[in-house]
Amino acid sequence: MTDMHIDHKVLSDLQEVMEDGYLQLLDTFLEDSEQRLNQLHEAKSADELGMAAHSFKGSSSNMGAVGLSRLCQQLEERVKERPLYGIEDLINRIDQEYLEVKGFYRSERERVSAS
Amino acid sequence: MPAEHALTVLVAEDSAVDRLLLAQIVRRQGHHVFTAENGEQAVALFAEQRPQLVLLDALMPVMDGFEAARQIKALAGEALVPIIFLTSLSEEDALVRCLEAGGDDFMAKPYSAVILAAKIRAMDRLRRLQATVLEQRDQITRHHHHLLNEQRVAKAVFDKVAHSGCITAPNIRYLQSPYALFNGDLLLAAFTPAGDMHVLLGDFTGHGLPAAVGAMPLAEVFYGMTAKGYGLAQMLREMNAKLKRILPVDMFCCALLLNLSVQRGAVEVWNGGMPDGYRLSADGEVLGRLRSRHLPLGILAPERFDDSTEVLPMAAGERLLLLSDGVVDTADEHERLFGVERLREVLAANRDPAQLFDEVMQALARFGGSPRDDISLCDIRMFSGEDRVPAPTLYSDSGRSSPLDWALAFELRGESLKRFNPVPYLVQLLQEIHGLRPRTGALHNVLSELFSNALEHGVLGLDSQLKRDVQGFADYYEERARRLAALADGFVRIDLKVEPSGPGGRLTIEVRDSGAGFDVQRVLSRPSVEQELSGRGLHLVRRLGSHAEWCEGGRCARVRFDW
Repeated sequence: MTDMHIDHKVLSDLQEVMEDGYLQLLDTFLEDSEQRLNQLHEAKSADELGMAAHSFKGSSSNMGAVGLSRLCQQLEERVKERPLYGIEDLINRIDQEYLEVKGFYRSERERVSAS
Repeated sequence: MPAEHALTVLVAEDSAVDRLLLAQIVRRQGHHVFTAENGEQAVALFAEQRPQLVLLDALMPVMDGFEAARQIKALAGEALVPIIFLTSLSEEDALVRCLEAGGDDFMAKPYSAVILAAKIRAMDRLRRLQATVLEQRDQITRHHHHLLNEQRVAKAVFDKVAHSGCITAPNIRYLQSPYALFNGDLLLAAFTPAGDMHVLLGDFTGHGLPAAVGAMPLAEVFYGMTAKGYGLAQMLREMNAKLKRILPVDMFCCALLLNLSVQRGAVEVWNGGMPDGYRLSADGEVLGRLRSRHLPLGILAPERFDDSTEVLPMAAGERLLLLSDGVVDTADEHERLFGVERLREVLAANRDPAQLFDEVMQALARFGGSPRDDISLCDIRMFSGEDRVPAPTLYSDSGRSSPLDWALAFELRGESLKRFNPVPYLVQLLQEIHGLRPRTGALHNVLSELFSNALEHGVLGLDSQLKRDVQGFADYYEERARRLAALADGFVRIDLKVEPSGPGGRLTIEVRDSGAGFDVQRVLSRPSVEQELSGRGLHLVRRLGSHAEWCEGGRCARVRFDW
């Protein structure tokens, strides 16, 4: 996992701040992200899309998922410009980025619960 | 974190991750946290838990942060509940919206625990500042109400005291600004048992309640001693000593004290520190000024106090105008004072003395000065015997213990003649006789007259003929003071004898002096008009007593009261 995807400093800070809640935070992020992705795919309007992108941007930035956060921000800004043509491409890139980092957060989860 | 800095914090975030993280950050800083998932929940939780600080996500489902902020601020009322917006909004107008909706600060994602802690501390300082300001404001309001209420009560109490005299008598017209009392002005009037009128216009130094407190003991002395028949000199000595004793060094009372005597056709004046009063003829001409010749009351030690008064003739219809320094010190918008000159112009222009009071007020209004709240103005007309209000009786009991068979001799010599006036004591003693009570005024007059005759014409050998005109009046009383000061021996002796007689009784008063006596026949044969002004008041004594005679070559006066 390279620094393009994850800010490790943020994660180590998070672990310190969250103490015993770190595991729960990781679980919540994984669940929440699945939900946000569903919202991205099922959005019926530009506003819904923008709102989901905004939320996803916020939580991924807090979790140190810098690549994901950057893509969500691009999406949030992109939906303000009509037509929305070509936007599926951006959503697909978000899917891929999430797949990239999901493994990392899962392994982080394993690491923490094992120790 | 010390407990006093621990806050209750409401965190409203729709994203579960952010909510979890933020709640943990805030909790780790020692605060107590409530969480909400949207604006509506946030408002409901706020109403229920009243947290002290709110962290609010701007974009949330159901109700967004902007609307929630407005509702929370409305619920918080005057108290400052700081709202920090949590946002990754980067557009300027969105940040402006946060502040316009009532936000106090914002915080960008990703969250930094260090920055958040600093922001919470800063907001807590603001919150405490606002709480302190509100608390102090409420305290000031409470104190203000308290003070106003105290003033109202004090004024009500004092109005009762101040109006227990005869300030409403038909010959007095006065104006006192409503809260003049709290600027230390005082106006009192009361009848003596002999039917004379005492008037006091006073002005305490200072303002507010401290200036008003001194007024109570002063009024007490004034009414008490006037009712018992004491003269000005004794009252002044008592007032001065009392104020000297109770007032702090920098407080004193300027005062003008008058005795208006219709019997003697004269006014006796003592002015310590008040502006000049004016003596006016019936057609408005200024006859003279009542000038301040003394230090105010409450300054000099009793042994240095000067109680000497001036006596001026004053006929029915003549008037006195008294005023406080609020009148001459009224300032216009250029800080110019109304001044004594302008007052004198008003006096000089006056044609009808009954209008003078209004003319002074109009001149003050025309002068355009903001009227000071301590203006006292008083116009006193010399009454005639007919419109005099009868003096109130001193006190009343069942009268059953009334002693009816006794005699008393009272002799004053040398030093005692200079200072002591026995009349009030004797009148009080005679009050014990029930049948004499309705004649208290007459008794007082007769005893006063006989005593001053014995002292002035007998012991001091003064010629009453001196008092023919204004200058004579002044000369007479100057001479009286001089001879009294030089007095080494001599006496005045008063004998009272009370005997029962049928259902009533008889009082015989004999007043003897060590003087040379006088030609009784010659004095009694003079017309009474002349006597009223300058004579020995013998006709007055004859009129008031049941029987009066002079014997022992004019050295002894004998008056009888039958009832």
